[in-house]
Order: sequence, then structure tokens, then C-alpha cells
Amino acid sequence: MSTPPSSSSAPIPTLASPGMRDAADDSDSPPSHMSEDSDGSGAGPGGDTWTPDLRGTNGGNGGNGGRWAPPDQVLENVLESVLEFLTAARDRNAASLVCRSWYAAEAQTRRELFIGNCYAVSPARAVQRFAGLRAVVLKGKPRFADFSLVPNGWGARVSPWVDALGPAYPRLQRICLKRMTVSDDELALIPRSFPLFRELSLVCCDGFTTRGLAVIAEGCRHLRVLDLTEDYFHEETEVVDWISKFPECNTSLESLVFDCVSVPFNFEALEALVARSPALRRLRVNDHVSIEQLRRLMARAPHLTHLGTGSFRSEPGSSGASSVSDLATSFAAAAKSLVCLSGFLDVNAEYLPAIYPVCANLTSLNFSFASLTSEELIPVINHCVNLRVFWVLDTVGDEGLRAVAETCSDLRELRVFPLDATEDSEGSVSDVGLQAISEGCRKLESILYFCQRMTNVAVIAMSENCPDLVVFRLCIMGRHRPDRVTGEPMDEGFGAIVKNCKKLTRLSVSGLLTDKAFAYIGKYGKLIKTLSVAFAGNSDMSLQHVFEGCTKLQKLEVRDSPFGDKGLLSGMNYFYNMRFFWMNSCRLTVKGCGDVAQQMPNLVVEVMKDHPDDEGEVDTVDKLYLYRSLAGPRTDAPEFVNIL
Amino acid sequence: MEAAVGYVSGDADSLLMATELRLGLPGTDDQKPKTTFSPPATPRGKKRTADAFEDSAAAEEAHKEADDVEAAPPVAKAQVVGWPPVRSYRKSCFQAAAATKSKANKKAEDATSSNKTTPSAAAPAATSANGGSFVKVSMDGAPYLRKIDMRMYKGYRELREALEAMFVCFSGADTAASNPSEYAITYEDKDGDLMLVGDVPFDMFSGTCKKLRIIKRSEATGLGSK
Repeated sequence: MSTPPSSSSAPIPTLASPGMRDAADDSDSPPSHMSEDSDGSGAGPGGDTWTPDLRGTNGGNGGNGGRWAPPDQVLENVLESVLEFLTAARDRNAASLVCRSWYAAEAQTRRELFIGNCYAVSPARAVQRFAGLRAVVLKGKPRFADFSLVPNGWGARVSPWVDALGPAYPRLQRICLKRMTVSDDELALIPRSFPLFRELSLVCCDGFTTRGLAVIAEGCRHLRVLDLTEDYFHEETEVVDWISKFPECNTSLESLVFDCVSVPFNFEALEALVARSPALRRLRVNDHVSIEQLRRLMARAPHLTHLGTGSFRSEPGSSGASSVSDLATSFAAAAKSLVCLSGFLDVNAEYLPAIYPVCANLTSLNFSFASLTSEELIPVINHCVNLRVFWVLDTVGDEGLRAVAETCSDLRELRVFPLDATEDSEGSVSDVGLQAISEGCRKLESILYFCQRMTNVAVIAMSENCPDLVVFRLCIMGRHRPDRVTGEPMDEGFGAIVKNCKKLTRLSVSGLLTDKAFAYIGKYGKLIKTLSVAFAGNSDMSLQHVFEGCTKLQKLEVRDSPFGDKGLLSGMNYFYNMRFFWMNSCRLTVKGCGDVAQQMPNLVVEVMKDHPDDEGEVDTVDKLYLYRSLAGPRTDAPEFVNIL
Repeated sequence: MEAAVGYVSGDADSLLMATELRLGLPGTDDQKPKTTFSPPATPRGKKRTADAFEDSAAAEEAHKEADDVEAAPPVAKAQVVGWPPVRSYRKSCFQAAAATKSKANKKAEDATSSNKTTPSAAAPAATSANGGSFVKVSMDGAPYLRKIDMRMYKGYRELREALEAMFVCFSGADTAASNPSEYAITYEDKDGDLMLVGDVPFDMFSGTCKKLRIIKRSEATGLGSK
């Protein structure tokens, strides 16, 4: 798909818009609808199925006066009907490059548009090319925005997109946004522009309040999915009772996720809503829901497959507090359907045994907001023999992880988050836990592990025991921390990961690392698409290794590493193949970044300074964000962003 | 996190050096202790990288850095923006929970002796904020610190034995004779002074001890130890 790097001139982007190249990358959040696979053929209410009509509607080129379509239109009709079956964006992009008629046919039939960088292409251009979109997926800010590295007001507003999509796609059904700023007024445009609207998914977005949610609830009469995942929700002066705004009749709701909307709401309205939503299968509530209330909800929705339990704590001072066995009865009733459990936002561990009845059927369990000890976790996890996805806090310690390893032999994804996310925190898990997991969970595909102590031996063990790893993200929280036993850098551990895990597409490194680690990554990491680097490497050679070796690299984010202009320039031949490159707190200069901008016209090079008033050191660059784009420099950049 | 102003609590060595008459700015002729791997320097020196190995040395340095003319955050380990990479959404959930929990913990503290490390509160905690009995123990030359529960020990002998057991793996590396008497156990009290362990009754000691430091005897004797 990517143009081969040429040494003489900059490669010319192809017809396929760059932002649409990717297949689904794994999201950083609990399973949401961020994948590019839409609903199969796009069939649905409103007569979406398309049947080939071989008879031309207008007069053809001679023949029977229009009774039979001319040959090229036949081909195009057939082609369109065949292309309906292609759903993956990558396949569609490939098809569109074959020739002009394939390009046109594909453009007519694409139902879902995935844009990995909202600034890579202008809304007008997307609208012009694709005639029949039903779903749009947009990603905005660079991922490091999650860690406060992108100043407020940087951009990624959804307004230009909503303004363009509205008139162009009146039949639009689904919008998924990640890391974008969405205001209440922009949300209000949705029911107005799209009468058939079905699914709204906002992940890590900001800018909206309950007022916007109320407009969605009230206006989108066919709403099936409202998923709000890890959005930044600000305390409002006045909270709107948005739950009451859903239609009075039976709704088509299948999924309602609002655990991040952490304001009080009208519980009775929710209970009534759940009762009149027979299709509801996914419900994740916020921490203002007590156990007693949870039981009421579960009684109303007996077929739930995904449940977010809210606080998992009894209402303070309530006279009718539920007992553990009462709660267990509720879960027993749900045992047949429930496969995914999350929430536990303020858990009272005494109630945990209530979930035993569902544990055996669970494939996904999220304890990452529950501060549990190993003693509290082990009895629960011992029941979870079919677990595939497990998110947990490091409070469970290495012993807790050992129990996971012993029971969950089918585990595919593990995330261990730190309770105390500071550099000099205790750190309750270590290489011991990692080694145990690697020995017990051989089918592991994805791991995110925060710790304070790690050894190369444990990482190497994981590389050997878990060859199916696709995502390996290890965060040793203390900066530049070496192997805790040998005192050596962590080069060999990460080297083993890239060498042995042949399916690896995403890697985050940490700990003390020299250029050697990056030499390994470049040599063996041939499938790596996303690489995150922090406080690592000795010299620009590290970057050079990565650019030259990782031929499939799409996203590179680097912070606080001793890389300068030389390292940046070593990537020149590769930037057009990538979605973006982020670099902050390294040793870049404005001149170096300017050189890149000058030589690569289809690249947008944004630089930012931490302290704009800083008189000294005018030439240094604090933050660099460069990305390929067909839209040219954006016009909405704030003043702290300098586009070179 | 230690308080920024930590001039007083350097070890005996640095106190003597601070009062030495000499030309030049205070702190400018200090030598950085040798490390096996030097962490890469950040551009402007404004953000200090944490020296993960010589923890105590880094603490020493920080106190001296406070005298530096160059503007630098005078804390032992400057917190860096966005590190570790945990979403603020997640962090804020625990700050709220920790605030309510630490209140509950202070009540239940005496009733139950739990092994749990209490979640640290969002506010910058002085070392004694969490239940009061866990103190950090650092040792010169060790790459990381330990924590012990002062309530577990009834006397100095028990404490010393426990510390020896905890840190035995480190002492063997440098010297041929890993002799316990080669090290002195010191502690930092409420006033921030570095004191030798053993002078006061154990109960009084455990009440006033904020931090423990195991240092080489050679450094403890002051002059002539360079």
C-alpha cells in the first residue's frame, strides 16, 4: 500500500487518501466500535441492499434502445455488487487503486469511512469522493494528548466534519469519534442532519455536557448505541436530566455506556428506560449507581451481555441494604448471557462473591478501577476459567497475577494499571508477575503492564512463552530504570520481544535503553505499526534504526529522548508512509524541522513551544507533530502552534 | 515527595562542606558519583532526569542543586508531565477514591493491621501521610529503596537484622567482605536531621523516624573520607 521509499525525490501520494489506509488499530479503551468492519453488506432498514440491475435506465450505445446496459456499465454494476462484500478498509483501498473504474465503483459502495487523522484530508474531499457513506470514524488529537502533552485548544474540533457530512449523507447511521472536541451544539446537529441515525460512539472526547446528551437522546429516535468511553467530562453548573429525554415508547437501544459521565442522574428514568428497551445488551453505568439500584436494573434487563456495575457499593445509610446473597441471586439470573463485566468504580470487596455465578462464563473482566488485594482477587479469579480479557490494578500484586496465570489459560489480553501512577511509587507488581503470566497464559496477544521493577529474564521469558503477542506495552515507571537484578539496560528483553513475537504490531518501550534496543527493533520489528518511546536511546542512531528497519511503521511517538535533527532527517524517506510522527522534549531545532517541511510538501509539520514567552533558546522545538496530509496546513491552528 | 527546601538534611559530609570557606559558588565543585550508565541529559537542564541508581546520591545532589544559580526545580526527582503515561481520567478516579479512603483508613488504622499499602492521597504527601508506620529505607549503592513497617519491630536488634536481610544482596557486590559493621544505619527525624540509630529508646525512635538510610561507615566519619 505504501509507496516505496525513493532516494531521489519525495514519493507522490496515491489517489487513496492517506488517512484511510489503516485497518483497525487496537483501541486504548475497552472494546468499542472503532474497528473498520461495518455491518457486513450494509443492509438495514430503508432498503439498503442493492441488487444488480443489468438493464440500463437510459439509452445505451445503440443496441436495443436502452433495454440492455452497455458493456462497461455492466462491468461496473457487477463490480459494485462484488465490492459490497469488501468491508475492510485496507481491502477497499487496494481495490480503489486498480484503475479508474474500480476507483469509482469502490467510491460508490464504500459504507464506512475510517479517517485516522482528521487533518489528513479535508471534509470536502471525503464528501466529494464517497457517495454512499453510512458510517464515519474519525480520530483527532495525537495520543499523547491523553497525558497532558498537547495544550488545550490544539484542535481536532468536529465542527467542519459535521458541517460537511450533514448535507452530504442524510442517511448516515453511525459516527465514531476518538480524541476530538465535540460541543453540545455540534451534537445537536446530529439528529437534525441524520434522521436515520443509529450509533454514536465518543472515545476520549471532550467539550460536551449533559445538555448535548439530552439532544441526542431526544432527537435520535432510532438510536441503538450511545457509547461514551473515557471522555473528559467536566463538572457542570447545571446537570440536565438527559436520561428522561429518550423516547417514551419502546426504544431500539442495544448499548448504553456512560460510566465516564460522572454526574448524578435520574435513576428512575434509567430504570424505566431499561424496562422499555428490549434489545438492550450492553449497559455500563456510572459510579452514582449503588448495588441496590444495580439489582433493579439487572432485573429489568435479563439479557445483558455486557454490564458495567457502577460503584458496586451499598447505598450509604440505606435501610434496605442488599446482602451479598441477594446480589448473587441477581447475578445468577444473568449468568446465561453475561460475558463482559466492568465497573466496580468504588468497590466494596465484601460484595465480590456475588459475581461468582457469572464468572465461569465471563470472557472479559475489568477490575481496573477497583483497588483489590490479592486476597480479594484470588477467590474471584479462580472461577474465571474462560477469561480472555482482564484489566486490573497492580494492587493485586505478583501473587494476584500468579493466580490469574494459574486459572486463565485462555487469556488473550491483560492490562495491569498502577494505583499510584507516580515515578517513585511502591509498585506492587514486578518481573515476578510478568513471568508468571507468561507461563500460564500462553495464548496472550496483548499486554499492557505498569511496574517499577523488571528484569530482562522475565521479558525474554514472555517473548518465548507467548509467541502470539501482537501488542506489547511495558511501562517501567521509574525513568531509565535498568534490569533490577543485573543492572543492565533492558535492551535484551525488548530485543527478544521483537525477535520472537513475529506478529507484533504495537510496541511501547521503557526502562534504561541504549541504541542497541532500537537496532533490534529495526532489525526484527518488520510488522510494527505503532511504536512509543520515552526516555530511551543514546543517539540519533536509534531513530535511524527504526526508520530504516520498521517498514510497516505508521505511528511513532517519542518523548524525552536524546534525538535531534539528524534523527529526524533520517526519517525523511519514510514520513509519507506513516500516519504521524510525534516528538516532544527531545533536541530538535526549528531549522531541522523546517528543513523537513521544505522538502516534503505533503507533510504538515507543526511545532509547539512549552513557554512561548521564553526569550532564550528560540531555536529549540519542544513539541513536533508531523503528519501526511492532502489538505495542506490547517487553518484552525491556535497561536501556540507554528506550522512550518 | 520531599519538601523542596532540604538544605539541612544532607549528611554530615555535606554539612561540613557547606560551611567550608572557598571561592566559587556553593555546590559547584561537587563531583557527581560515578554511575555505570549515564542517563541521557535533557536539553535545557530544566527537566532533570532521575538518577535511578544512586538514589541517596541523587538526594544529596538535589540539596546541593538547590544552591545552584541555574534555575532548576530543587526537588530530588522532578515530576515530569504525563509520566507515567496513565490517562488523567484514570488518575482522577483514584484521587477521589483515595481521599475518601484515607479518611476511612485513619479510623481503621488501629483496629486492623493490614498488609495493604494504603493508596497515596492526591495531595503531595509528606512521608508520614499514609497511616504513619511505613518508612522508606535507602541504602547507598542500591538501585531502589525498600519500605518497612516500624510496628513490626520491638527493638533495635530486630530492626537491624531485618535490614541486613533486606539489603544483603547489595552489599556483596562492591566489597569482598560484606561485613554488616561496615554500614551504619541512620535516620531522618521530624526536624529533618540525620541521626544515628540507637541513641534513644526504641519507642521514641520509631515515633520520630521518618526515613532510614544505610550508609557506609567511611562516609559517616566526616573529614578525610573522600
